[in-house]
Amino acid sequence: MRSFMDRCCSRCTHSPQTPCKDYVLCRRDGPFCHDDPECRRLRQKWLNSHFPPVGSNRRRLLVCGGLTCGAAGSFSLPEIFQEAIKKAGLEEQVTVTLVGCLGLCEEGPLALVMPEGILYCRLKPEDVPAVVEEHLKGGKPVERLLFRDEAGKVYPLLSEIPFYRKQQRVVLERCGYINPEDIAEYIAAGGYRALTSVLFSLSPEEVIEEIKKSGLRGRGGAGFPTGKKWEAARRVPSSKRYVICNADEGDPGAFMDRALLEGDPHAVIEGMIICGYAIGSDEGYVYVRAEYPLAVKRLRIAIEQAYAAGLLGENILGSGFTFHLHINEGAGAFVCGESTALMASIEGNRGIPRIKVPRSTEKGLFGKPTVLNNVETFANVPLIILRGSQWFANIGTKGSKGTKIFALSGKVKHTGLVEVPMGTTLKELIFDIGGGIKGGKRFKALQIGGPSGGCIPEDMLDLPIDYESLTGAGAMMGSGSVVVMDEDNCMVNTARFFLSFTERESCGKCTPCREGTKQMLNILERITRGEGSPSDLSLLEFLGQVVKATSFCGLGTSAPNPVLTTLRFFRSEYLQHVMEKRCAAGECVALRRFVILVDKCIGCGACAYVCPVKAIKGEKKKPHHIDEKVCVKCGRCFEICRFQAVKRL
Amino acid sequence: MGEAILEEVVRSYRGRPEKLIAALLALQRHYGYLPEPALRTLAQELGVPLSKVYGVATFYAQFRLKPRGRHTVCVCLGTACHVRGSEQIFHALKRELGVEPGDTTADGRFTLEVVSCVGACSMAPVVVVDEETHGRLDPEKALALLKKY
Repeated sequence: MRSFMDRCCSRCTHSPQTPCKDYVLCRRDGPFCHDDPECRRLRQKWLNSHFPPVGSNRRRLLVCGGLTCGAAGSFSLPEIFQEAIKKAGLEEQVTVTLVGCLGLCEEGPLALVMPEGILYCRLKPEDVPAVVEEHLKGGKPVERLLFRDEAGKVYPLLSEIPFYRKQQRVVLERCGYINPEDIAEYIAAGGYRALTSVLFSLSPEEVIEEIKKSGLRGRGGAGFPTGKKWEAARRVPSSKRYVICNADEGDPGAFMDRALLEGDPHAVIEGMIICGYAIGSDEGYVYVRAEYPLAVKRLRIAIEQAYAAGLLGENILGSGFTFHLHINEGAGAFVCGESTALMASIEGNRGIPRIKVPRSTEKGLFGKPTVLNNVETFANVPLIILRGSQWFANIGTKGSKGTKIFALSGKVKHTGLVEVPMGTTLKELIFDIGGGIKGGKRFKALQIGGPSGGCIPEDMLDLPIDYESLTGAGAMMGSGSVVVMDEDNCMVNTARFFLSFTERESCGKCTPCREGTKQMLNILERITRGEGSPSDLSLLEFLGQVVKATSFCGLGTSAPNPVLTTLRFFRSEYLQHVMEKRCAAGECVALRRFVILVDKCIGCGACAYVCPVKAIKGEKKKPHHIDEKVCVKCGRCFEICRFQAVKRL
Repeated sequence: MGEAILEEVVRSYRGRPEKLIAALLALQRHYGYLPEPALRTLAQELGVPLSKVYGVATFYAQFRLKPRGRHTVCVCLGTACHVRGSEQIFHALKRELGVEPGDTTADGRFTLEVVSCVGACSMAPVVVVDEETHGRLDPEKALALLKKY
């Protein structure tokens, strides 16, 4: 028995063709059909090497293989570690595994030593020998590689780092702790137990009831009650129904679904199979962005392994229930996050939404009743089944239950992947978990919900995270992107940025969205160029309301949100642009000028070197000057000067 | 070589119009873009009007009807990249390469592209060259990147 999934001896009869209902439970607690201490010992041995218990002499080194850590060089680390471990003669005691996202992306590449839970940050290949010799061999963590806060305090344990302390990682519990390319580890960590219990002890109606009681609402943004959706699809008489997982994470600034698919793909698959059982469907699709090649790869491996284990396919575990799962790669269209557009895309058409009567639960994919849920929603399902709807309903607020995963980015100190209970305030999210603003700058706004969401100012940061509170503020929970902005970000330019996105992504079907976003963008461009007039503000508001009220689908009805919220909360910035033709944040290129202060310039030449258009001239060690006719106002001289000799006007 | 892939795609998806996008993705993975003769064959074999093939191929951002250069330089213009200065990087690259997004340099070395988000927001601003993601860039670092390819 090399893997947990292999049979312990010839007495085990499970295969996809001859399924055994105890297969999943047997892996960890078995064997059940016979009693042999040797079989039990083999399983325990595998478990101890992959999940070493506290106090054992075994260790497991988890290297974060999330995209950020990977791009910072983590993909090469496992091999280097393995070599050093071999050299140190520790092969028997230490295993090394590349895992999914550990969350604290800012400090990557990360590596976690289990079972102690000691986290190493910003690891480089040259640090490997020290970790192996001093820690894995010598037992003393390498202090210089541990997490250190700004005051210099060192936090050896992951669980004590402020970034993690206020989080409640339940959906992300396994993400970063198991090898996402090995189904054995998912099962060892309790995976597919929910499916087993659903197949053998719950009727489809009872599953739906349990999901309804939990209060789970869609995590894609709109927050529709999941149980209700499932029930609706089950009620429609049909010989064929579909389950679709929306993994077309198109909101710029969002990477929650990607992290889940890359770090714990089986949780999503298990959730989908349970949904299939509940609504009476035997076929599902995961619609995933082509921009996420690693997620596609991991998902493909996971689906293959689930088929090989008999957890997907015909007669799953001998229950008589059949479920097939396909991957459908998207081709880059934001509008395909809208459910009917997504289905049109799976059918091979342009991703254009249709009117939602009948609803997808009645007539969805290929005209059949269809349940479409988001990645995170499906990942919640096994948890609810396993721990109970009551446990789930105890987390969160009155109307919003459970936890929510956020992708924290922008000008915040600790960027990364965060999971908090609903009801956590935005302030806690940004300042306690995110560590506040980078570089001692001042917080200005928080953009939540992507192009459909809004910008929330400082005085509203006490707002709790739940569907209704955020909608009330003109923003939206959205899928979970949170981008923090500081005093250097211009809110008018931010609104223009989002509008240029929605204008580009509008599918063109309905006039309010196609033309409305175009006109709003024109006005915003005019304002950021310094050519706006005060009447533009009310025109923008009027247009925004029209687009919101009359657009065909969710893309159009939410597209004005970034503009309307910035107009509401940051009106003075708009006024400054149209009245004084000034952009205080200095982001609007046309409204700024740069000059070199003769008394401060020492003539180092750094600005002349970085200037992309060679607009800066001067002799060495003598004050330089900017030729305004050539200058493209990119501001690199301003950013690069160490003597504050470049002034922005 | 090129014909083989077309035959294979046609064989797998013949008469299945719903597989149009999958077929286009497969063709593009091979050719690097969607050549017109291949689209004509595909339309016929899948049983889809050529106008619809063209409609789909131009609707989705991933598809290209023009050949690409040896390397694709893709600037992320997502929100997190935007607030950390991706526009300056985009303009610097555009200036250096002398092409608009979607176009290829005269020597066929680079194709410039933009993307709405690659989900690498923690390391913003980001540029993806071919399959490699480079983060925490500024205009100079981005320009220096080009020399590596």
